[in-house]
Amino acid sequence: MMKTLFNTLPLLIPMLLAACSQADLRATGDLGVVIEREQGSAQIVNTSKPAMLSRIEGLGDLSHASVVFSRDQRYAYVFGRDGGLSKVDLLQDKLAKRIIQAGNSIGGAISQDGKVIAVSNYTPGGVKLFDADTLEQLAEIPALYGEDNKLSKVVGLVDAPGQRFVCSLFEGNQIWLIDAKNPRQPQVQKFQNIGKQPYDALLTPDGHFYAAGLFGEKGLALLDLWQPEQGVKHILQDYGKDDAQTPVYKMPHLEGWTVAGNWLLVPAIGRHEVLVVDTRDWSLARRIPLAGQPVFVMARPDGRQAWVNFAFPDNQTVQVIDIKDFQVVKTLQPGKAVLHMEFSPRGEAVWLAVRDEDRVMVYDTETLAETARLPAQKPSGIFFSNRANQLGL
Amino acid sequence: MRFIWLLALFCHVAVADEPNPQRQRELLNMLKHDCGSCHGLPPRGGLGPSLLPEALADKNDAMLIDAIQNGRAGSAMPPWKQFLTTDETVWLVRLLRGKDWEND
Repeated sequence: MMKTLFNTLPLLIPMLLAACSQADLRATGDLGVVIEREQGSAQIVNTSKPAMLSRIEGLGDLSHASVVFSRDQRYAYVFGRDGGLSKVDLLQDKLAKRIIQAGNSIGGAISQDGKVIAVSNYTPGGVKLFDADTLEQLAEIPALYGEDNKLSKVVGLVDAPGQRFVCSLFEGNQIWLIDAKNPRQPQVQKFQNIGKQPYDALLTPDGHFYAAGLFGEKGLALLDLWQPEQGVKHILQDYGKDDAQTPVYKMPHLEGWTVAGNWLLVPAIGRHEVLVVDTRDWSLARRIPLAGQPVFVMARPDGRQAWVNFAFPDNQTVQVIDIKDFQVVKTLQPGKAVLHMEFSPRGEAVWLAVRDEDRVMVYDTETLAETARLPAQKPSGIFFSNRANQLGL
Repeated sequence: MRFIWLLALFCHVAVADEPNPQRQRELLNMLKHDCGSCHGLPPRGGLGPSLLPEALADKNDAMLIDAIQNGRAGSAMPPWKQFLTTDETVWLVRLLRGKDWEND
């Protein structure tokens, strides 16, 4: 008996140890971050359960915030309005590092190889590059434009293949292609007069095209990253030019790209509609009338549906478009102020941030019924860790 | 002493101009979150300029009320008169001028 125990002891101990530490094991693949804008905190959530795991506080002004993930999905980098760049450890529920890198910031991106973090700033206008590991500053690129060298606010910053970043200058009316192969000495290629006041941009999931939405005039500025020497093309210049312009109560966000067939869906600025663009020739294929001014038009990962939320005063509504025939198949009323939507990696579920109801709601994307709700303090953005593996997010 | 009724009348008018407490909460929420989406929270500025007391000090009430009610041509600021009465706008401007964002 004694001998048996003695023989099995070496086996037993690791098993016991494993049982003890089992509760602490956490895989990053089903984690996410929910931004709580008023108190400057972020929840770490499990997207499979779904459940809140912890709350990270002290992230500063998150009245506008975005998140990218390290390539191993262990860390979330949170870009705050106040220029804060926070590195959150999703495994240990703690703030790993935090710096204030500018006075006023709008968002950021992580390089193709995961080693460089880029931040786009309003004040001082420009882009800064940081070491993803240490957050040491590697380079500063002031967004100088015009003859008197003014600084422009920088928007629509994304990563692109070839260790590059792309961004747009709101007042400068330019698109900049930044080569960060040597991140201490980035090379900038500038495209001027791309259209008035680019407000945000998107990258196609294959990294081929960069499209910036224009606030100061109709249409989008399009850059083919396979052939940047061809310059920026202005598309959809003529759509709705005879329509009355309505005031814009919240800047739309360009993020999400529907690849069912060859369609790009973008919010029509100042109008109650989504534009469907045929990406084979960049012509306007149709306009889908909706319940309000779209803010986010997010494609389900399989491209079959697009979910749309709206600007004030219609932000209690969410509409679902079936890409098969571009019809609105459902109008949901999740609650007051739906600010953001995020799909699970394969799209069977979507999470909605409902700010004024202090909750996050989860919907089944097939039945379009609510399946769960989680408490959150004035939630705004929702970001899942599978973004780590996607270009341009 | 004879004019105390007049004072009472003034007070009454001042109170009547103020939005009720429920509406004040709605307006504050709107200021933090809807205005805040461009101006920041606290509103140190973003796409829109700072709305902190020191940033508003050299701007007169008429200009601020007009900017909120009618928007600012050539900028991203939309008109809010469809959603805010003049009294509510005046109340918001007064609130912004006196607000201590760090400690309130």
